Amino acid sequence: MPLNINEVRKDFPIFQRETRPGVPLVYLDSTATSQKPLAVIEAMNQFYRRSNANIHRGVHTLAEESTALYEQARVKIAKFINAPSAHQFIYTRNTTESINLVAYSWGRANLKAGDLVILTELEHHSNLVPWHILQAERGIELDFIPVTEGGLLDLDIYKSLLARGPKLVSFAHMSNVLGTINPAGEIIRLAHEAGAVTLVDAAQSVPHLKVDVQALDADFLAFSAHKMCGPTGIGALYGKMDLLEKMPPFLGGGDMIKEVHLRSFRPNTLPYKFEAGTPAIAEAVGFGAAVDYLTSLGMDEIAAHEHDITEYALERLEEVPGVKVFGPSAQHKGGVAAFTLDGVHPHDVAQILDQDGIAVRAGHHCAQPLHEKFGIPATSRASFYLYNTKAEVDLLVNGLYKVKELFG
Amino acid sequence: MDDLYREVIIEHYKNPGYRGHLDPHDIKFEDSNPLCGDHIEITLRTDESGKITDARFSGHGCAISQASADLLIESVIGKPIEEVKQLNKDYILEMLGIDLGPVRLKCALLSLKVLKAGVYGLGEASDSLVE
Repeated sequence: MPLNINEVRKDFPIFQRETRPGVPLVYLDSTATSQKPLAVIEAMNQFYRRSNANIHRGVHTLAEESTALYEQARVKIAKFINAPSAHQFIYTRNTTESINLVAYSWGRANLKAGDLVILTELEHHSNLVPWHILQAERGIELDFIPVTEGGLLDLDIYKSLLARGPKLVSFAHMSNVLGTINPAGEIIRLAHEAGAVTLVDAAQSVPHLKVDVQALDADFLAFSAHKMCGPTGIGALYGKMDLLEKMPPFLGGGDMIKEVHLRSFRPNTLPYKFEAGTPAIAEAVGFGAAVDYLTSLGMDEIAAHEHDITEYALERLEEVPGVKVFGPSAQHKGGVAAFTLDGVHPHDVAQILDQDGIAVRAGHHCAQPLHEKFGIPATSRASFYLYNTKAEVDLLVNGLYKVKELFG
Repeated sequence: MDDLYREVIIEHYKNPGYRGHLDPHDIKFEDSNPLCGDHIEITLRTDESGKITDARFSGHGCAISQASADLLIESVIGKPIEEVKQLNKDYILEMLGIDLGPVRLKCALLSLKVLKAGVYGLGEASDSLVE
């Protein structure tokens, strides 16, 4: 059944506010962070009001309750991406930390000077800089799957890169600028044929599409709660068991140990080996509630709605003289439209739209190399999620005509 | 909007009077705003009394950054360098005639930061120059 958007919008308290008196909020920035439904806010609220205690090792009632809530959420979220077991699901701070965990732990244990890591030209800085650091430290080599003019990855060049025997292929499932949904299954299959391990930056895909780590055969997959109706401060890393088991710990401290002596320690079992210190407990509870919320609406229904909005948005944006949208057609694209408007800087576009309550982002969206590739310093970016409407796209387009008039 | 994008700003953005590059010049400095990629280069000529005799700016960026650069350059030609060293944030805001939030303030102050780093002969421009 298609989403009833009017009902969905009622689930999000923030849409009751006005940007300023008389100006409703038109939130087109969900690629940066999504809004939160009442169910998530309430779950976290209830946790602090009723169950708050530190997890693990406590025997009192609250400690047991909070531990159960934290672990139930893990099971739920692991199931959401079809992980074979919750032991393979590690809580982190966000996608960035998940990727850093792989770079620091797996990377330092497995990569040496001259080893090749393949990335792509459309990566977020979070899937570039950890590898730059390892390059400086270890002398690994980096190469990049190019992006075509049309915003797709060039898989022919990818195949020729694979002939050089890479150790790792790490790529974004969906671009946060172009919206391109990359053929993750095929990229992973080809990487495995070449003997490489794969890491999927799924920050933009898990919130919007049904992602199945077993169907993809991903070795590692990283995502964040806050882009999928959950709270900030918590994310996840999924990994294959044999890889995670062999990896040394990432951060050291409490909870990640089995035993500690003055001069030595033994690491804990999975997933705790990678969860040092008191974690974001209330956030884990909120993360679980977000997964419940998305599941109740249906990921296929959410994806269908977003596709519908994106198709409409591309059509309407192309009507505006001087607007250029970057990336592929709606067929290969998630709900993102990054664009330029001739003669007007993206910052000015965003600022003028804000006067009408329309929230879009302006800048390089943490993908500076991609903007360099297209020869532009910045874009304005409108992005769409389950709560956005075609009427909001119309407001965006009207706003762009106002910008043109002002700068005419 | 009508406040933030006052006619003076749009006018100086679209038809800047002092866009260009002086060659030869006595002072040159450039810097970027990493947040949005705005970039400003300023070149100055000075005389033996320490007065700015001519100045130009170049670069790219939003209307706020480019208009405030044009207004700033226009206003400092003929001024002694010692006086330019004393200019601060309020000087720019007064010329623009608007109030700005923290993000756009950086756009507005980029040219002053570049100018002051140049006249002080600094290696790097710092935000503390314009606070």
